[in-house]
Amino acid sequence: MNQDPIVVSVLGMPGLAVLWVLTLVAFGVFGWRVSQLVGLIRRGRPENRFDQPVRRVLHFARNVLLQPRIFNEPAIGLPHFLIFWGFVLYVVCFNWGLVRALFPALPIPYPDELGVVALFLDVFAVVVLVSLLIAAVRRAFFAPPHLHLSADANIILLLIGILMLSSLCGGAFKLVAAGTGASAWVPFGSLLAPLFAGLGVERAHALARAMWWVHTVGVLCFLVYLPYSKHLHLLASPFNVLFGNLRPAGDLTLAGASEESAAGAAKWEEFTWKQLLGGLSCAECGRCDRACPATTSGFPLEPQQVIQKLKKHMIATGFGAPAKDAPALIGGVMTEPELWACTTCMSCMERCAVLNEQIPTIVQMRRHLVSEGAVEKTLQDMLANLNRYGNSFGKSDRMRAKWTQPLATKVKDARKEPTEYLWYVGDYASYDPRLEDITRKTAEILQQAGVDFGLLYEGERNAGNDVRRIGEEGLFEMLRDKNVAVLEKAQFQTIVTTDPHTYNTLKNEYAWNGRGVKVLHYTELLDQLLSQGRLPLKKRLSGKVTYHDPCYLGRYNGVYDPPRRVLSGLGLELVEMPRNRNRSYCCGAGGGRIWMEDVPGIKERPAESRIREVAGLPEVATLVVSCPKDIAMFRDAVKTTDNEGTIVVKDLAELVWEAMQG
Amino acid sequence: MNLFVLLKTVPDTVEELTVAADNKSLDAEWLRFKLSDADEHALEQALLLKEKHGGKVTVVAMDAPELDESLFMAFAKGADRVVKLAGELAAVQSLSAARLFAGFLEGEGQPLPNDALVLVRSQAIDDLEGEIGPYLADLLGLPYVGVVTGIVPEGGGVTVTKEFAGGLRGEFSCPMPAVLGIQSAEKPPRYVPIAKVRAAMKSSTLETVDVSTDAPARFPIDRLYKPESAGRAEMIDGSPEEVADRLVDLLANQSLI
Amino acid sequence: MANGILILAEHLKGEVADITFEMLGAGRTLADALKVPLHVAVIGQGAGAVAPKLGLADAVFVVETPGSELPPASTVAVLLKGLVEQKQEGLVLIGWTNLAMGVGSVLSARADLPLVNFCRGIRVEGGGLVVTSQLFGGKILSDVALADGRGIVSVSAGAFPADAGRSDKAATVETVALPVEAPAVAFKRFIEPEAGDVDITRQDILVAVGRGIQTQDNVGMAEELATALGGAVCGSRPVVDQGWLTLSRQVGKSGMTVKPRLYLALGISGAPEHVEGMQGAQTIVAVNTDANAPIFDVAKYGICQDVLELLPVLTEKIKARKG
Repeated sequence: MNQDPIVVSVLGMPGLAVLWVLTLVAFGVFGWRVSQLVGLIRRGRPENRFDQPVRRVLHFARNVLLQPRIFNEPAIGLPHFLIFWGFVLYVVCFNWGLVRALFPALPIPYPDELGVVALFLDVFAVVVLVSLLIAAVRRAFFAPPHLHLSADANIILLLIGILMLSSLCGGAFKLVAAGTGASAWVPFGSLLAPLFAGLGVERAHALARAMWWVHTVGVLCFLVYLPYSKHLHLLASPFNVLFGNLRPAGDLTLAGASEESAAGAAKWEEFTWKQLLGGLSCAECGRCDRACPATTSGFPLEPQQVIQKLKKHMIATGFGAPAKDAPALIGGVMTEPELWACTTCMSCMERCAVLNEQIPTIVQMRRHLVSEGAVEKTLQDMLANLNRYGNSFGKSDRMRAKWTQPLATKVKDARKEPTEYLWYVGDYASYDPRLEDITRKTAEILQQAGVDFGLLYEGERNAGNDVRRIGEEGLFEMLRDKNVAVLEKAQFQTIVTTDPHTYNTLKNEYAWNGRGVKVLHYTELLDQLLSQGRLPLKKRLSGKVTYHDPCYLGRYNGVYDPPRRVLSGLGLELVEMPRNRNRSYCCGAGGGRIWMEDVPGIKERPAESRIREVAGLPEVATLVVSCPKDIAMFRDAVKTTDNEGTIVVKDLAELVWEAMQG
Repeated sequence: MNLFVLLKTVPDTVEELTVAADNKSLDAEWLRFKLSDADEHALEQALLLKEKHGGKVTVVAMDAPELDESLFMAFAKGADRVVKLAGELAAVQSLSAARLFAGFLEGEGQPLPNDALVLVRSQAIDDLEGEIGPYLADLLGLPYVGVVTGIVPEGGGVTVTKEFAGGLRGEFSCPMPAVLGIQSAEKPPRYVPIAKVRAAMKSSTLETVDVSTDAPARFPIDRLYKPESAGRAEMIDGSPEEVADRLVDLLANQSLI
Repeated sequence: MANGILILAEHLKGEVADITFEMLGAGRTLADALKVPLHVAVIGQGAGAVAPKLGLADAVFVVETPGSELPPASTVAVLLKGLVEQKQEGLVLIGWTNLAMGVGSVLSARADLPLVNFCRGIRVEGGGLVVTSQLFGGKILSDVALADGRGIVSVSAGAFPADAGRSDKAATVETVALPVEAPAVAFKRFIEPEAGDVDITRQDILVAVGRGIQTQDNVGMAEELATALGGAVCGSRPVVDQGWLTLSRQVGKSGMTVKPRLYLALGISGAPEHVEGMQGAQTIVAVNTDANAPIFDVAKYGICQDVLELLPVLTEKIKARKG
């Protein structure tokens, strides 16, 4: 008996013909739509993401096939992983089966005619169904905030459910039709088969064929629906990962970008093709929003929306001539407060399961705002000060090293004498009167440890990290060029920085004209000195402390352990906050925000939320930080959250210094 | 509108100013110069007028160290023509500056066209001999209004808003051509990104006109000196807590709280 | 030197500005020392009405300007020149104010007399006068000699005490007829300041904020302190220009002149344009991170610290003390 599913009449027409028509239509629509979208993306600006192919493939293998980030949210982690692999299996088998069905003459079996394959199909049908159920229940009753609860998502779940059910039932019907009622190759089908035992063989065969058609047509419908739904992410995101950023995250240089990229993006075509691909890759899961300190605080920024709105705008205006009253990208679709709210902490990118690049997208738009001069006054003044005086405080560049005056031993001038370590102090540590003391203590630590170090004195200028994130690319380049020129004349082995922002840009964004320069954060240096026994500690400190990982040291550059080793080396007991290491919660100063006005309607500033997190740790009265801006932000937040007297904010250097006093 | 903006730098008071050994001039070692706030506002006002009413903005500046970047910034902001008056100008005071500017403007055409406005800073911290604007207006035979915060072209001339004291302002009608001393522009000076300034450096030409003067100053300065140190105020030191405590005591003693 | 001293009186809407009395007091001292007459010129509409208040001078010259309610600087300067020539004046004192802006310069050009601006003091020396001026926002002082005592001096507000210029003496008023050229610039109308919710000139305690307050939010901190003290917030020009305070709260040359019992200057550098508006306060306490800020020259108490650190602590302590 020919049980081939295509040997049927569908509405009076031969099944094969109908199948061909449906297949051609479905693939045609799918292909057409996908090529339309690819065409849109290709209108974006160039960016070189085709280097290091081997590394890219490995990157793909890890982040798509193993998808570790999906497991960051345990409830959906395993289910999604299983749905993904189930999907991979089913896609392969579907295409196999379709080819067989369309070309009956081919001497190949249907996939489920092979025992092993049938087993996988059967088991995964159930696995996927269970996972779908978990996903649906989560969506319905336990939806985390910012998970986009859309009809689209529900349709997808339903459709996949139908596909799995039809496959599962088809298998059961086949068993009934074969008369065996059970098979080791179809375990779950065998469990279902008894329910259908009453059906006659003919009926069972008919139903099995019907299930095949339901499944096949279902997939073809899915195919047509896919490029119009968020499920496009399953096609786009593997490429998004394959063409992902292999350079350090802290490097905002656009490789192979055109010169105009520095002027930013005011229209969707002015983004790079990779940034546009990100929109299509977004699965609307909301992980980025949940992690974003701006979103949580009540700022008008949601990273997911930035990505989604760009995509929707591209699609809405990309075909044909845009409508006359179509809203402009910046000002209409995206608002200025939204774009300025970002602290560039990178929590979004750290969590994104499809490895989207929200920050470069936002910075690209900020570059446009800067080129138009649409920058708030306080920021303008700061940039003008930076340009003129080389520091964000607007103080004379001659005053940069004034903090050194009270020191008993003068610090070497690295411009005049060779040193081992060139200490790049940074604006805040040099100019802020509240921080001078800590900077001096750091100097004394290094002096007492016998470290050979020097300063650039007035030759030092702001390294430009935040300038770049604000979008003033021209000023960043000017600062970088001037700094590199000064540093090239100095003789040193390693640069040490106080500020993680300085650290990030010197390490990742200064090409140093090709010659490699080693950059350390002072916590890394302290860690080395400690492990080499070169820190003359005179007493052990005790007590419980907690440590805040600065965004630009931790998440951006992976430096988590050195400060922790120093703390434990001092004798302190570290109690981790819930949001620690790469989940550290930004203090809110980055991205230029420390110079911007507060926005009305903020529920709770990021620094205040963090202090409350510290307050939630029993027996911990000290918050240890390793960034000057953190000191400024958290000490303020301690006051505004009425925690004065309960929580004290200390720099790691202060603790080391304390331990070095007799 | 034919807008002229006349710029002159002042010593940058971010640096500590010290007197040179001759006790008659500022110590030049750490001396830096910048355009005064009112100069920036005068330029901004000119650009705003051009944007609203059309026309041309010509910037004329008295040369000083580090001035060039500000001049290219003026191009990037929208100035059409920028002229630098170059020469031995360090000692030039207000009246002499007015003469040099007048000389340049007279070279542009006598009399100035009927849609011409000459904008200068209303006052600045180095105006020992008085403000430049009134001298200039007198030399050119043009009307002058100072402390201007608003300009609206009206009926062949302009209506200007001038500030008095106590928040009071006055409206005056002034024919064109005229010299106006700008206190502040209708909007704060705009920001122009460095990339545009650098582009201007490559694409725009800074005209240089050599000028000289026999009498940079009307009268010599006998002596320049620092005021007696800030010992006038009794300083309260200590931590914020200690300072606050002491202050509260002081105020209580004076029955202020 | 037989030439007299002529003061240009500053008046607006029937009120004589304090600067006039300040110049009168200083002029009287100089005139007595040099044994020359002291005269006052009152120019403009309503000149006759204010003349009688200026009795400290030996003579008050009234020059009416019919048809010109607020004559522009050039018109006033020409009239002054007429007086200088007619009455053989040698030294002319003019207030450095918005109202008089430009008069000195035009007079200097037309009468060929040197003009010395920003005057904080005048003394007799040798056969002439030495004028002390403040330059660069008050950071540097200059001494300029007027060898024959002839010149124009533009006097900064507050350089001399106003009380020394007030007098009950009957003024000798003389109306002087001088040709008034029709000015090209015509006064149209006054724009009154919007009545603010608070009249800072009537406050006993003022908390003043300057650029050092850094952001608009921090102005709120100052308001808390003002409330705790029972006073009001005011500010220097940059803060008002930013829009953080209304114009009615501006203290200084273009703003209000205030004389409270307590003036707390927070993050204010002390530029002359601001000091002019508050130097009459009884007790001035200044907070500024720059130890060289000129504000410490006028303040009674100085604190060289960051305003933002001190403010909340101070507010708490005041609240605590007041109970």
